[in-house]
Amino acid sequence: MADITLRINGSDKRVSVSPETPLLWVLRDTLELTGTKFGCGAGLCGACTVHLDGNPIRSCSTPVSQVAGKGITTIEGLGANGLHVLQQAWIAEEVPQCGYCQTGQIMSAAALLAKTPNPTDDQITQAMNGNLCRCGTYERIRKAIHRAAGNGGGR
Amino acid sequence: MSPLSRREFVAAGVAAGAGLVIGFYLPHGSGSQQESFSPNAYLRITPDNKVTIVVPRSEMGQGVRTALPMILAEELEADWKQIEIEQAGASTLFGDQTTGGSASIRTTWDPMRKAGAAARETLISAAASTWNVPRSSCTAENGRIKHAASNRSLSYGDLATKAATLPIPTDVPLKQSKDYKIVGQRLGRVDSPAKVRGEAVFGIDFRVPGMKFAVLSRCPTIGGKVSGFDDKESKKLSGVSYVGKIGDSAVAVVADSVWGAMEGRRVLNVTWDDGPNKDLNTAAVMASLRDTGSKKAASLYSAGEVAKAAGRKVSAEYELPFMAHAPMEPGNCTAHFQGTKCELWAPTQVPQDCRDSVATAIALDPDQVKVNVTLMGGGFGRRLEHDYAVEAAQVSKAINAPVKVIWTREDDMRFSTYRPASLHQLSAHLDASGFPSALTHRIIAPSISGQKGQPVPNGVDPDFPDEAGPVYGLPNYTIDYVLTETPVPLGWMRSVYALQAAFALESFIDELAVAAGKDPLQYRLHLLAKDQDLQYFSTTWHTARMRAVLQLAAEKAEWNKPLPAGHYRGVACFGCFSSYMAEVVEITMEKDQPRVHRVVAAVDCGQVVNPSILEQQIQGGIVYGLGNALRAKITIEKGRVVQGNFDDYAPLRMEETPAVEVYTVASAEVPTGIGEPSVPPVAPALCNAIYAATKKRIRALPILN
Repeated sequence: MADITLRINGSDKRVSVSPETPLLWVLRDTLELTGTKFGCGAGLCGACTVHLDGNPIRSCSTPVSQVAGKGITTIEGLGANGLHVLQQAWIAEEVPQCGYCQTGQIMSAAALLAKTPNPTDDQITQAMNGNLCRCGTYERIRKAIHRAAGNGGGR
Repeated sequence: MSPLSRREFVAAGVAAGAGLVIGFYLPHGSGSQQESFSPNAYLRITPDNKVTIVVPRSEMGQGVRTALPMILAEELEADWKQIEIEQAGASTLFGDQTTGGSASIRTTWDPMRKAGAAARETLISAAASTWNVPRSSCTAENGRIKHAASNRSLSYGDLATKAATLPIPTDVPLKQSKDYKIVGQRLGRVDSPAKVRGEAVFGIDFRVPGMKFAVLSRCPTIGGKVSGFDDKESKKLSGVSYVGKIGDSAVAVVADSVWGAMEGRRVLNVTWDDGPNKDLNTAAVMASLRDTGSKKAASLYSAGEVAKAAGRKVSAEYELPFMAHAPMEPGNCTAHFQGTKCELWAPTQVPQDCRDSVATAIALDPDQVKVNVTLMGGGFGRRLEHDYAVEAAQVSKAINAPVKVIWTREDDMRFSTYRPASLHQLSAHLDASGFPSALTHRIIAPSISGQKGQPVPNGVDPDFPDEAGPVYGLPNYTIDYVLTETPVPLGWMRSVYALQAAFALESFIDELAVAAGKDPLQYRLHLLAKDQDLQYFSTTWHTARMRAVLQLAAEKAEWNKPLPAGHYRGVACFGCFSSYMAEVVEITMEKDQPRVHRVVAAVDCGQVVNPSILEQQIQGGIVYGLGNALRAKITIEKGRVVQGNFDDYAPLRMEETPAVEVYTVASAEVPTGIGEPSVPPVAPALCNAIYAATKKRIRALPILN
């Protein structure tokens, strides 16, 4: 066990966990931030995507000790001041079906728009290809990203 | 006017002030008529002006929490914003609570409308009596009853208490489709905001104070058992509080966190008794299908006399593998055993089965087991099983504390129930013009229901009536079924047997068109040219409706226009869950692999309730079906499932997803199934396109084998 301080969604959280615990389970079980999902445990599906200093990472495959002191943003922190423009676009385009993977999808999309405010279709595919959706919402995800980009999502 | 039998509603006599409550029955499945009436849904209008519908239909992504209230709100003339839907937990007071079989809309359409209309008429009576005016001078609109002559109006909430004292009418008028204001609109899904915020609570997210977490080590060999285990290393880990056998074939590791339980399992040493299937492999399963193919078959459909047909004979055999549902949310269930009762929070399509299985497993009466239904991260049929719930209850009983059992992705892939592998033998005689004078289709497959010990009347799996219809009105035509057995656990997976039946039939029809030297679309249209009503079990299939759907898909895909160089098309049509579907798939070939660019889908599913949700279901079903066609295959080696995660069982990703266009035939007919019918035509349409491109016929799925 180790005491680790995590900077999550702008606040410091002190946790006492074994250092190799994946960030995913610290978020979900210790901090009760359950918007980040478990899908594969192997970095294959993207359901657990969060931001580490603005970059999308797979929290299921990231030991918590590696992220101590770095800025972590989860879905709960994305729309801190009301809905993020991507979340609005997701609702407007009626993206979610079961919705389980969508928080991870939105986190991947947010990281994309932060760096590439007006992504092409190819850039969207490249950024989103690691996020699986078994309901098959990919087309609407693409539309929602374009919509958010048009609404200044990258700024 | 629609006559209502008095037995259709019960005025649930509730406490004073609770408002108007109407209980009604939502049937499950197609054509099943329930003799005994027991309500399983409630409509409640309370003085705070809320309209609540309590329904036993689980939300797994298909949009029931939006679409079902729309149907009722239409007849009720409610303000859409005042309606809320509440998920019913398992109850012995309720009738069947299963969600599945693309049944939610088609089976609730009438009862939902009638309940809404009965409430509307009761509210009108309450207002007329309050104002002492004739009923005929009152109208219902947007959540209020109005009396135009005196310019008065009262909200439904204002009238709820009085309405509760009035008799529920036995005969209520239902609206005409031309007057619909809510049904047919693209209303936003009520569950989207919580889902994009990460606030939606799925089964895996649910917490009980003080609960533990458990993962199970299950015997990797099908049908095997635990012979012993050594938990020394597991118990050294801090946080691991319990290790113990659960049932015959699993050992549970309980800890303070999911990760702790996973780590405890990683170092757990279990020895297995592999049991009778330790040498089972996929090749043997397929060989046994072939061996039993000549056994006595049960007839599913029979027209004319196939034996008397003459002409050029064409035969082909098709085979399909086991497949896994792989919903995004892995299996889980939370249980809290407390001596004489047990409460569960389960992502399930079958709350009552969970309750009954749990009761048996932990020696309680069903009434001592309470099942709460959570949101589901996909179902696709996987959550028609109740294994998660039983395990959670057993572990909770063993540790006498609340616990959440979580399956990893590997657990989900290796200990699932699988779409049955199947073999299809088709044969036809072609007349002088190249059209089939006779066609036979033999389906050889194990029965899902049969394996689960459910009735298989006359050797026919009860799913076939909804999932293997004839499509074409050929003069001499038989479909029959040889029921086989397999130790591989079987489950109902999205579209169930329709996927297999459509792949075989629509690939074969394409082969016949090629043999006849005819365009595959024109060939099908010729076979559908005559208006015929085909009786298949309790469903009547209309060739005219299938023809219209096929024509619509072909027109929108511009079948008669040439494609760019290197592009090819394939078409397929099929009917299942009482809906008609046609799809045109456009591909290029890149390094011997198909790249799907565009899918044009046309459907006739009767009245459309919410076009946006319908498009979701069709787009999603096509993506699911493409994944099935291209790569989905579960193989067995030495009695064990080989695949484990999304690397060796790889669903479609964004880069492979085509543009999907959805077109509907305008219809005011009763709605039919939409969750599954888009899945079956994809694989044959894709394989037919591959044939057009390469002249190679794919007779076994998956394509990228």
